[in-house]
Amino acid sequence: MAIFNPGPLDPYIISLESMSRQTPDLSSSNIPGLYIHLPFCRTKCPYCAFYSETDLSFIPDFLRALFQEMDMARNQFDRFDTVYIGGGTPSVFTSYQTEEILKRIRHNFTLAAHAEITLEANPADINISFLERLRDMGVNRLNLGIQSFDRKILNFLGRRHSSAQAISAIEISRKAGFTNLGFDLIYSVPGQDMKAWLDTLSQGVAFAPEHLSCYQLTVEANTPLLTRYQKGELPFLTEGLQYDFFIKTSEQLEDAGYAHYEVSNFSRGIEYASRHNQKYWDHTPYLGLGPSAHSFSGNRRWWNHRNLEDYINELSLRNAPIQAAETLSPEQLRLEALFLALRTSAGLHLKDFSEKFQYDLLLEKGETLAKLQEEGRVTIRDGILYPTRSGLAIADSLALI
Amino acid sequence: MMERIRNFSIIAHIDHGKSTLADRLIQYTGVVDERNFQDQILDNMDIERERGITIKSQAITLPYRAQDGKDYILNLIDTPGHVDFSYEVSRALASCEGVLLLIDAAQGVQAQTIANLYLAMENNLEIIPVINKIDLPTADIDRVMEQIDTELGLDPYAHIKCSAKEGIGIEDILEAIVQRIPPPQGDPEAPLAGLIFDAHYDSYRGTVIHCRLFDGLVQPGDIIRFFFNKAAYKVEEVGHFSLKREKSDRLAAGEVGYIIAGLKTVSDVRIGDTITLDHRPCVKPLPGFKEAKPVVFSSIYPVSSEDYEDLTVGLEKYKLNDAALIYQKDSSVALGQGFRCGFLGLLHLEIVQERLEREYDLSIILSVPSVRYRFTFKDEQILYIDNPAHYPGPVSIARSEEPYIKAKMIMPEKYLGAVMKLCKDRRGLDSKLNYLGPGRIELIFEMPLAEVIYDFYDRFKSLTQGYGSFDYELGDYRESNLVLIDILVNGEKVDALSQIVHRDHARARALQACERLKEEIPRQVFKVAIQGAIGGEIIARTTISPFRKDVTAKCYGGDITRKRKLLEKQKKGKKRMKMIGSVSIPQRAFLAVLKTDDD
Repeated sequence: MAIFNPGPLDPYIISLESMSRQTPDLSSSNIPGLYIHLPFCRTKCPYCAFYSETDLSFIPDFLRALFQEMDMARNQFDRFDTVYIGGGTPSVFTSYQTEEILKRIRHNFTLAAHAEITLEANPADINISFLERLRDMGVNRLNLGIQSFDRKILNFLGRRHSSAQAISAIEISRKAGFTNLGFDLIYSVPGQDMKAWLDTLSQGVAFAPEHLSCYQLTVEANTPLLTRYQKGELPFLTEGLQYDFFIKTSEQLEDAGYAHYEVSNFSRGIEYASRHNQKYWDHTPYLGLGPSAHSFSGNRRWWNHRNLEDYINELSLRNAPIQAAETLSPEQLRLEALFLALRTSAGLHLKDFSEKFQYDLLLEKGETLAKLQEEGRVTIRDGILYPTRSGLAIADSLALI
Repeated sequence: MMERIRNFSIIAHIDHGKSTLADRLIQYTGVVDERNFQDQILDNMDIERERGITIKSQAITLPYRAQDGKDYILNLIDTPGHVDFSYEVSRALASCEGVLLLIDAAQGVQAQTIANLYLAMENNLEIIPVINKIDLPTADIDRVMEQIDTELGLDPYAHIKCSAKEGIGIEDILEAIVQRIPPPQGDPEAPLAGLIFDAHYDSYRGTVIHCRLFDGLVQPGDIIRFFFNKAAYKVEEVGHFSLKREKSDRLAAGEVGYIIAGLKTVSDVRIGDTITLDHRPCVKPLPGFKEAKPVVFSSIYPVSSEDYEDLTVGLEKYKLNDAALIYQKDSSVALGQGFRCGFLGLLHLEIVQERLEREYDLSIILSVPSVRYRFTFKDEQILYIDNPAHYPGPVSIARSEEPYIKAKMIMPEKYLGAVMKLCKDRRGLDSKLNYLGPGRIELIFEMPLAEVIYDFYDRFKSLTQGYGSFDYELGDYRESNLVLIDILVNGEKVDALSQIVHRDHARARALQACERLKEEIPRQVFKVAIQGAIGGEIIARTTISPFRKDVTAKCYGGDITRKRKLLEKQKKGKKRMKMIGSVSIPQRAFLAVLKTDDD
């Protein structure tokens, strides 16, 4: 691997301690979030459609470009109260590189006190000293891509870590002092029956993570998994079974004390809900840096080239690496607000919605909403429309009422 | 002059190569050069090319120098190919002296071959059997010759062999037309007598009348008069049909051509009517005129009520070119403002629907087709009703009647059992059976028209594997035990789906409608109950279970735009559906109710 040459760096000293202690602030702030996409993985998982490259020798060039992008974007937003370092697999970066990234973030952007700083990691990549460095650098939320504790399922998903590595990663994360730990798990994988999944889920819960993301396996476009389905190698899950998996997951986790606060997300008490992700769901502005990252502000959304070469080239010319942008019409904003809100347990504030979009859902869709309440898909309490558990299972259709 | 004219038509069973042969004749006689050639020249509507049937009669004049060295004018009149238009076919054939009876060398004589032969015989036409597709490896010319002899009763040696596809035998056909079809007869000095066999609308010139002159002459400046509707018009232009219209000084007895006379719509002319001169009329009209009366009724509504104006304009424009369609304003509780329309048959209805959608870019919904019922009230008052929404309710009705038809079916004997059963299931009465020849029979049934428009023709064709031909004539009204069935979606009546049916069929029909709707209405976010009812009594029901799982697992920064676009697309699709209560019903669900189980 090429040695990272950070180039001339401003002598900017940051107080790492100041970032490491935080009390979660639950009131959904309107302060923007910062997302950094680190587009490198050691191996590609056949189901994943996120943008990443496996040739890690491009990392130095990428970092130069990323830092250039940070420099150019530094004045776009006043401050951020969340940082999310995702990918790709951020944990393939060395601790030195990771530290550089965090320093540059600090250098270019203002972070609110108690900012939530999340990093995603593959269990195979981490060791205690790396994790301690992360903690020291101010990362206060760690999200582990565990996916399963079942060897067969891990194989199917093409994960390069073992169940044992996952368990060890959890233990050392705690040892390193992470008090806000999240796991990613995947279910309804071909060959996985309900029992096998609930076993994996119980094993996960046994470690008492603060956060769990449980994703139903989605067959994404342009993935090897899709090809296998197209060849007829894999059976599609019936809608009934998909529903059963979804509901059982929710039931089991709520019984274990987790709040089902978004379609695929659970937290031990609402205070551990991902503050960063919440911004995506309530139209809070966010800035996304790195290839394929999306940004949003007001009624505008823009996104970067989904291609490392283009990204690096644009930035070497000091051009913004933006591939495209859209300006959302009031109708589009309304549709997004509706479908995003209906994905969350926070629901939709009907009066606010009506004032913001001049569309009174109760007035326009009263009959449908009444039927949906009757059938237990939604509830309306204190002027807020909440999806129920079985309502979350059809959140996409709900948005089309 | 008439010595050098030949008026002919090509008749054939479907797919025996009629349009291809027409194309070859047109090419051979040089009316169109290779560069401008397009397959199926005469079927110039998209819908005709796609369905492989001719809907409107077309004519084209082919100049031909025969082997005798003389120049002939060959007028080819193409005819529609469906029972809904059998009257139009008969008028087109009445304009000819001969026909090419086209038979597929591999498939041999089939139902429509015979049905068409009879029509030609009724008009005393010279019949030239042409065996087509002789290049096919499966061609069996000996067998076809035997059929020509035994089943058609024609001279088997009088046939011509050809392959329209390969261009083989085209000259032989042209020669036979010249030598065997008699030239038209008529007196150019006699008072004008012209037969209208079709008309079309030209946006610059108004109505273009397609006609065959039997006697007399017509030229620009003449005042012509129609026998049936008595109206008189001044002739602006006459001419012949080349690939385009070709103006000429006059049309004379024996000729086929067109007349433009300032008519605003095709509804001003009646197919089969006789054209004569106002100041010197012929004594009596040409025989065979019938007024085409609609027998099938249905309401047309725009899917989105905002499109009502567009539908109004679309119908007006469409009507310019289709005299057989009648319509008036109508409104539905469920579907809003629309039009009640009368059609010649179910195919006619489908064609109107398709053309409105295609040519005027309209998204429309049709109510369940109905015939015109006759109700006699207790106070002896009589009411005709063609819209189930206007059904007066059973209490006040003393007598319910429905129109019957006499159905004539010709088919190989082996299908008799199946067809008998079909006819009896459809309440057929008073059957008669005639043996036409070895293994071939004619079956006659008196049947309710309502049963025939309800998908009878398709069922009959499939039962007889395409070997059956079907025709009908309208008969009297007969008393019938009629009830109104309503369809309710989540408790809300969809009046466009109401049907008047025989009581014995009510439950089956209601259930079928419910099941069809169940198949076509997409699942919703809540349960949808579909019920069939007579009055307040539920006689059939089905349920559409709601979505159980429909949500994307991941929805973060990069997923939102994609997801929104998908939802926008779905929303757009939903907009094209009709909201009944809170249930989105797609257009095709309304059409599906008309179909039976087996197609």
